[in-house]
Amino acid sequence: MQVGMTSFKARAKSALADATLKTAIDRTAGNAETKRATAVGEFPQFDAARRRGRKIKDHVIANLEHYLTQFERNAIASGAKVHWARTSQEASRIVIDICKAANAKSVTRSKSMLGEEIGLPHALEAAGIERVETDLAEHIVQLADETPSHIVWPAMHKTREQVAELFKSQHQELPASDAIPDLVESARKDLRRKFLNADVGISGANFLIADTGAICTVTNEGNAELTTTPPKVHIVTAGIEKLVPSLGHAFMLLRLLVRSATGGDFTQYTTFHCGPKRPEDADGPEEFHIVLVDNGRTKMRRELPEMLRCIRCGACMNHCVVYRQIGGHAYGATYPGPMGSVLTPVLDGLKQSRELPHACTLNGKCAEVCPVEIPLPSLLRGWRERSWKEGLEPVTVRAGIGGWAFVARRPGLYHMATAIAVRLMRLFKRGGRIAWMPFAGGWTEYRDLPAPPKKTFINAYHASRRGAKP
Amino acid sequence: MTSAIECPRVGLFATCIVDVIRPRIGFAAVKLLEEAGCVVEVPERQTCCGQPAFNSGATKQTAALARQFIDQFEAFDYIVVPSGSCAAMIKAHYCEALADDHEWLERATTIAAKTWELMSFLDEVRGYRPVGIELEATATYHDSCSGLRELGILEQPRRLLKAVDKLKLQPLPGNDVCCGFGGTFCVKYSAISNAIVGEKAEAIDGTGAGLLLGGDLGCLMNMAGKLSRSGSKVRVMHAAEVIAGMGDGPAIGEEE
Ligand code: SF4
Repeated sequence: MQVGMTSFKARAKSALADATLKTAIDRTAGNAETKRATAVGEFPQFDAARRRGRKIKDHVIANLEHYLTQFERNAIASGAKVHWARTSQEASRIVIDICKAANAKSVTRSKSMLGEEIGLPHALEAAGIERVETDLAEHIVQLADETPSHIVWPAMHKTREQVAELFKSQHQELPASDAIPDLVESARKDLRRKFLNADVGISGANFLIADTGAICTVTNEGNAELTTTPPKVHIVTAGIEKLVPSLGHAFMLLRLLVRSATGGDFTQYTTFHCGPKRPEDADGPEEFHIVLVDNGRTKMRRELPEMLRCIRCGACMNHCVVYRQIGGHAYGATYPGPMGSVLTPVLDGLKQSRELPHACTLNGKCAEVCPVEIPLPSLLRGWRERSWKEGLEPVTVRAGIGGWAFVARRPGLYHMATAIAVRLMRLFKRGGRIAWMPFAGGWTEYRDLPAPPKKTFINAYHASRRGAKP
Repeated sequence: MTSAIECPRVGLFATCIVDVIRPRIGFAAVKLLEEAGCVVEVPERQTCCGQPAFNSGATKQTAALARQFIDQFEAFDYIVVPSGSCAAMIKAHYCEALADDHEWLERATTIAAKTWELMSFLDEVRGYRPVGIELEATATYHDSCSGLRELGILEQPRRLLKAVDKLKLQPLPGNDVCCGFGGTFCVKYSAISNAIVGEKAEAIDGTGAGLLLGGDLGCLMNMAGKLSRSGSKVRVMHAAEVIAGMGDGPAIGEEE
């Protein structure tokens, strides 16, 4: 992703100035929020299901070697080829090598955040292979030469009107109107022929099922099927945390995933792939590859095991007050929002991304809605502690907090300091308010500050008591 | 009443911002606690619970302030705090901050069990209801995040406010959505915070209520500051002030 050029604050600021962006985010995320609330309300055992979901993931993460070995064995037995990638570079190299071996000129891809994480779009382009996105939103993102801004709705940052403009300028089949069905139809006509000509299909996986070696993908557009069935070669890229022991466990987690993501009861398309085409099958790929990606996950297992529970539902960002204001791109990382601010320091390094765990009010809503009970605020605070320990916090912050804590640990000095602060603040008051004050610009630029009365509570209270009982 | 103690000794921790910005909340708390049958003491050497250090990742400073607090307050039967987030700091996070030190961890656990946010203490522990208090106003209520999610404070202040005569409570859409304060967040990321509180201010204005109440001064200052900057007439107070019968005094940001 295009990080590094600008700071988080600068990106956030330009996002805040973009009123269309805010409309786009609120339409989709607001809708998701409402629908989720209804779906959860209609599922009385939701809390029990969350606990169950959390237990399944924790169990798998604690016994990862066992389930990985089991999955590999069963996948190979079904005729799949299993590849292991330690890093994102290794993962995309493996995919590109498979494409080259298949002589691929064109590949279809169905939306996968892991693909984004390992930089696959870029790697394909660098290898001169045409990339056709089958997911409508990914197609939009590709046409606009952007990156996803949300893990479930990659084009959340665009309004319907903006998409219509984009299609009009780039599609051969122009949309008949700005209405969603016409936009979809335009994309369908543009994309269909490309789907059928692709040599390789690349998908992600929502679940890797250990006891059968099957993989499960869910979509609402049926596009994964177009990626995985017509081409001769199907490549699945998946993070190793996607494992579940059995099909039953996958369904258990699906109930949580779908409700939390879209508020639906179930996805429109839920597909299981197990190995390549068998002689008696009507269709299917001749080669079936599974690339299992670590990319920091083994390290997370030691340092941040709770985060490996994440099933990528996106609920935490839909409900995040910061995300809702600035959208996904401002985070400058593959994964935005609360879960992204926990993951990005693992993937990109804390030094690069130290602002992200701070850009959060720690209000706890994300943890409240997370279907696998990830304590996101505590994990974000954990990064703050790490950043402080490693000396990554700016000097001004260290001096500010350090100096304040020094004084707060000396009550006599502290109460002298507050008395002085009160006097200084009162110099700037107009009526009961302070509209501007030096060193308080972060507050007074946007808000009035109430002026303190002459005496602090501790002073006033004890003075009155002494007066009452001499 | 769930407490067996007839006249418990209560240590009031005013919190550092109430101490400086709005002593009225401290006085309201003293009055309410005394009316609820408590013997109230206000330790003179109290400073801050350490929350800014905790949320900045400064673990050493946090632990030092937690130890100081425990030293000052552990002798009381109860510690009461007119703020959900500071109460949650003591109740939920001191144990994390002192996790490495066996002796202090035990003391932190003990103090956590007897620390209460003011509204929930009055309602749940003392079964208190204000009597003969009146305020002719239509108010709306914002539920601050820490109190709501870490301590489960939702109905307690409403039950107390319902006992105030002539006070009408108007629901606030998005009452559980963060106001954008977030401690140091609101100055570090002031532009984002401003956008969040801007939406909140619109929602408050939209209720038609003339008074906004809540239980955390930090959040109330944030919303009051935004409301007044954007020209709204809505007045803002801590719920304790209204329950204590001080609702006719100056609101946050009005001349004393
Ligand atoms: S952290 Fe939780 S809420 Fe956020 S995407 Fe992952 S599973 Fe969903």
